[in-house]
Amino acid sequence: MNTTVDTAEPVVPSPETGSEPRNYLNAAYGLRSWLLTRDHKRIAILYLISVTAFFALGSFFALLIRLELLTPEGDLVSPDTYNRLFTMHGIVMVFFFLIPGIPAVLGNFLVPLMIGAKDLAFPRINLASWYIYCLGGLFTLWSIVHGGVDTGWTFYTPFSTHYSNTYVISAALGIFITGFSSIFTGLNFIVTIHRMRAPGMTWFRLPLFIWSHYATSLIIVLGTPVIAITILLVAAEKLLHLGIFDPALGGDPVLFQHLFWFYSHPAVYIMILPSMGVISELVAAFARKPVFGYKVVAFASIGIAVLGFLVWGHHMFVAGESVYVATVFSVLSMLVAIPSAVKVFNWTFTLYQGSISLQTPMLYALGFIGLFTLGGLTGVMLATLGLDVHVHDTYFIVAHFHYIMVGGTIMGYLGGLHYWWPKISGKLYPAFLSRLSALLVFVGFNLTFFPQFILGYLGMPRRYWSYPPEFQVLNVLSTAGASILGVGYLLPLCYFIWSMRYGKNSGDNPWGAVGLEWDTSSPPPTENFLTTPVVTHGPYEYNPKEVHDRTSQPEARVG
Amino acid sequence: MRSQLPLFPDSASTLSPHVDALFLAWSVVSAFFTLLIAVLILYFMVRYRRRGADDVGEVERPMLWLEIAWTAIPLGIVMAMFVWGTLVFFQLYRPPADAVEYYSVGKQWMWKFQHPDGHREINALHIPAGRAIRLKLTAEDVIHSFYVPAFRLKQDALPGRYTQVWFKATKPGIYHLFCAEYCGAEHSRMIGWIVVMEPRDYEAWLAGGPAGKTMVASGAELFEQLACQTCHRAAPNRPARGPRLEGLYGTQVKLANGGTVTADDDYIRESILNPTAKITAGWDPIMPTFQGQVSEEQLLQLLSYIKSLHADNGGSEAAGGQTAKKTP
Repeated sequence: MNTTVDTAEPVVPSPETGSEPRNYLNAAYGLRSWLLTRDHKRIAILYLISVTAFFALGSFFALLIRLELLTPEGDLVSPDTYNRLFTMHGIVMVFFFLIPGIPAVLGNFLVPLMIGAKDLAFPRINLASWYIYCLGGLFTLWSIVHGGVDTGWTFYTPFSTHYSNTYVISAALGIFITGFSSIFTGLNFIVTIHRMRAPGMTWFRLPLFIWSHYATSLIIVLGTPVIAITILLVAAEKLLHLGIFDPALGGDPVLFQHLFWFYSHPAVYIMILPSMGVISELVAAFARKPVFGYKVVAFASIGIAVLGFLVWGHHMFVAGESVYVATVFSVLSMLVAIPSAVKVFNWTFTLYQGSISLQTPMLYALGFIGLFTLGGLTGVMLATLGLDVHVHDTYFIVAHFHYIMVGGTIMGYLGGLHYWWPKISGKLYPAFLSRLSALLVFVGFNLTFFPQFILGYLGMPRRYWSYPPEFQVLNVLSTAGASILGVGYLLPLCYFIWSMRYGKNSGDNPWGAVGLEWDTSSPPPTENFLTTPVVTHGPYEYNPKEVHDRTSQPEARVG
Repeated sequence: MRSQLPLFPDSASTLSPHVDALFLAWSVVSAFFTLLIAVLILYFMVRYRRRGADDVGEVERPMLWLEIAWTAIPLGIVMAMFVWGTLVFFQLYRPPADAVEYYSVGKQWMWKFQHPDGHREINALHIPAGRAIRLKLTAEDVIHSFYVPAFRLKQDALPGRYTQVWFKATKPGIYHLFCAEYCGAEHSRMIGWIVVMEPRDYEAWLAGGPAGKTMVASGAELFEQLACQTCHRAAPNRPARGPRLEGLYGTQVKLANGGTVTADDDYIRESILNPTAKITAGWDPIMPTFQGQVSEEQLLQLLSYIKSLHADNGGSEAAGGQTAKKTP
């Protein structure tokens, strides 16, 4: 793949004045042109629609969970239904929204644009990944329609293999299949980032969004096969009665937990790293200066990806793990917090001497920093052995991982969508409503999940359908917060759809941002760039005198 | 007398204050850093707000000292907390030598308890304050988790294995017992109470219940019933056909495949349920399995009995000789 000799195909701008210039959206019409597309931007839109559908489904389950927990007695649904609700909430949100969310939507759209490429390295594999995702989703939906799964999204054995009578196999197969779509996407990103950068786009001129997607892709490619194997082992035990995890058959139930978390802990970094990449872009764009300590932030992503593979054992501190093993996992889990902390400080200091504009994407980014800080700090608390024993499997954990996965990942996802929406659609959305949504999400989120930290320390275990009455007030607060959060999520859905038809044209670069993706038109043409860009400076050079200083000695690179 | 809006849990064990201290210290550290970041963001937000549409930020010189500081300081803090947390953890999982052994079996969806004197309870455990208690846990079906928030203590009960937890209650009262590991439909009803009593009230409570046999005595009875002695003890007219159990517990056993294994709870349990898994060197694999013939509680009784057998006498000791040389 030689990017230097590729100049774009000759482009014939529309002769009629007033008609839209050619872009990827109006290049072809009809369902066929979407379902058979190989354009990474259109595939990103397909993913956007499907992950939004799964997010809505997962949120619906969450709504029912919060309603059930309004009262101490289980009175809205039966315990069996409740167990299915939290299980399906977890499965849908984790495997069908959080993991694919940012990489498959924003990553797909932006990775080629940001490095100056025409598409991903393997456009057909990219389209295949979406179909595989949908196939996996169908398996899971099939299990939901037929009554759901009640094992928890963690599928702990021997409950899942021997005691649950629900649709464990079909739901797990859905996850197995969807894993391949992740692997395809990850592989595509790695090859694309290595081979298809525009001339002059050296590694240290890559936007941090690209660095974090590169780190994420490494985790996806190395980690996902492990969950695939684990699911096959569960299926083998359930269908063929091989004794792997069930002690009655001579297996070891804790072995499952090791295999499961060997993937599923790094999976948390699959969810959060791309979001961190988004935040780096937003902070730089709305402070109009380079991210403080660019290289440190870039390497912190890689550091998190590597260390993230070495901490899975902190999920088993009270599962009969040896105290010495627990000690090792504790110290490693604390170390992984350091690169995360460094990133938070770097983002904060990027604001120093910036030119800060509080437009909607920036509000989401600042909200992310706040929520991620608290989520990260409570994560280190949980890595502290003597403390984890008490709060393990309580609402403290529930609050912690929602601060990371909702406060972190969804804030980044929504912030990114708001930032690149003009790039994706060429349209503007209402400024006031979108700022209001950022505020509602932030306030609603804290009201939902902060009380759960207190509930957890009081000792309320997770996955409880009914609970002692003294926990009610905090649960009511949490449900009240969830309803605010729900409004905060519905608003963007409405005004994004509205803007596609009625929104004002955004122009090519409404934020005055730098970055290759803003050097082309909005929405971009199918081939992204009319002429192959040549990169002569770093990713966030807003200050003209600085750009001048650095371009005096251009770094040439032949891809 | 429980408050409508409690903000901090009851504290009723010797180790609770240690966990709380750790938690409060962490809370202060977390609040400090969260506020620090929030204040900095708010300050920068106002101080460096964009004044003109074409304004751009200044580019600061790299501040290496700052980057080193914000790497090193958090690292120092987490390492200190790691050491502290690990010390507390070791206390939580290292029972003192004088701890009295109680037993618990979790099953869908109840907690079954046995006192050393044979008393049994379901979903409630009466214990004396001020005495160290070691609770041996196992599960009949799926994984459960023994959780007493007032003791800041939790331990999974695993099917097919023994785990243990210990505590010394400080304050008489009634405290929540929860199952903390999701275990199926009635998970949220697998709850009960830990009733902490003054020692003399506890003695009175024990005396009031139906007189049970001690764990060791029940084990001895079961040993006879299952005819274990026909192989594991020599009779005057024939040699033993299986390895001697007296003095076995805690020793290293040589296996037929050349390996060695410590004769602990899990090994003895496995040898009863799956005798051919680890054959003692020098013996034939003739023992039948007792899978399905003994319940988890009976296994605990057999285990207590076998532990009570000392090398120097052929029969059982009278009352629960706790000679555990090893804590699993």
